[in-house]
Amino acid sequence: MLEFIQYEFMQRALMAAILVSVACGAVGTYVVIKRIVSLSGAISHAAFGGVGLGYFLGLNPVVAAIPFSIAAALSMGAIQEKIKISEDTAIGILWSVGMALGILFINLRSGYAPDLFSYLFGSILTVSNTDLYIMLALDIIILIVVYLFRREFLGVSFDEEYSRVIGLNSTLINMLLLSLIALSVVVLMKVMGIILLISLLAIPAAICKQYTYHIGKLILSSTIVGMILTSLGLILSFFFNLSSGATIILVLAIALFISYFIRE
Amino acid sequence: MSLNALEMKDVSFSYDHQMVLEDINFTIEEKDFVAILGPNGGGKSTLLKIVLGLLTPDKGVVKIFGKEPKKALDMVGYLPQHSHFDLDFPIDVFQTVLMGRYHGLFKDYNEEDREIALQALKDVDMLDFKDRQISRLSGGQLQRVLIARALARKPKIFLMDEPMASIDPEMQNSFYELISRLKGKVALVLVSHDVGTVSMHMDKIACLNQKLYYHGPTEGAGDGLEEMYHCSIEQISHGIPHRMLRKH
Repeated sequence: MLEFIQYEFMQRALMAAILVSVACGAVGTYVVIKRIVSLSGAISHAAFGGVGLGYFLGLNPVVAAIPFSIAAALSMGAIQEKIKISEDTAIGILWSVGMALGILFINLRSGYAPDLFSYLFGSILTVSNTDLYIMLALDIIILIVVYLFRREFLGVSFDEEYSRVIGLNSTLINMLLLSLIALSVVVLMKVMGIILLISLLAIPAAICKQYTYHIGKLILSSTIVGMILTSLGLILSFFFNLSSGATIILVLAIALFISYFIRE
Repeated sequence: MSLNALEMKDVSFSYDHQMVLEDINFTIEEKDFVAILGPNGGGKSTLLKIVLGLLTPDKGVVKIFGKEPKKALDMVGYLPQHSHFDLDFPIDVFQTVLMGRYHGLFKDYNEEDREIALQALKDVDMLDFKDRQISRLSGGQLQRVLIARALARKPKIFLMDEPMASIDPEMQNSFYELISRLKGKVALVLVSHDVGTVSMHMDKIACLNQKLYYHGPTEGAGDGLEEMYHCSIEQISHGIPHRMLRKH
């Protein structure tokens, strides 16, 4: 029964499941409570531009996606500050412009892009050691920033106007939070895929939010719930020979559904 | 000579070339309790935002105890209309009030901050609710928590934005009772579109509709209101059961 654990790719996959859950717990919590799930979805799709850029320049697409998705997130923040455009519209534009850039970059680099699908839909079983190190490093950065700026993130998430009244630079803090979302998108990208990852960012926090109203506990419990559900999805996908990203998403969605019933 | 709590000199502000505030001259003394009344869209929120340092006027001077608004943030308490945030937010009463003690980046709340926050909750009779999630409070209770959050800053001037809009009519008396306890300790500024919120406790009324029409004791406010709303005081206050101004 447990022989799957002996496969090296499976060990890496389980390690990846744990690493993505840390990013989900820490950043997903703010994404859910600040109600910026669709904005985060736009950042994740825009990150595809970075993947394309990586192909074009012959770099590791995950590494290229780091600066690209941060730039996309910050331009989103800047657009909203400077130009009178509704958030809704800006989200839609960022979403498709980022993807369009990715496609054009891939076009420019003539030839076949072999594992493009793994970035779109995720492929936890092809996660390499390099990917794991990148994910670990980004997780550490995310945790440090969330810890250092916990008061500010709470302030701008809860009551942005008031946070400005008490002298908090909400523009800067919002930009920082968007950058963290960009980093967690990169952490999740290889495992879940750009198109599917938003559920993993949102669902663990959405489940746990029903049971606690303390933000620290919410981050911790979302991380643990994320680890359990992602691993479960991974194991199911292995046994039933299904696509891992899609299986994990469905496990998460079913868990959310059940948690609502338990809460009722 | 003591400094005025708030001084506005020739303050004008416009959004997209549309004049919202025009040549506002306005003084609030150290312990005054002042109401700023005016119709919706009359510039009340803009005025508040200028005092809070969220907007900078096109021209004119604003001083809070002699300082620019952005440098006087620690002297200002603010009670927002609480309709604009998510009640489902995972935060309890104590954490909400503690936010009033925010000192800046990387500065954690210390024991003194916690004590001040607890004392502020005690002052608004909400200490028993300190561990409760904010969605499990009534409108009046939530407002008390937000007052405690403002008081936790130990402000010298306390701005209240439409405080009556978010509570039940029967809570209004207890709101006034609470506010009257603060009178004489800090300058109080209440902003409202509702003439019915004027109370006997107030020292001055200002009537605002782009321009400031009246600025003086409550007794004389009728003329200013009539000029501003272009109708008689009876029409504006449409038979509110209590007498809002002394007979005159």
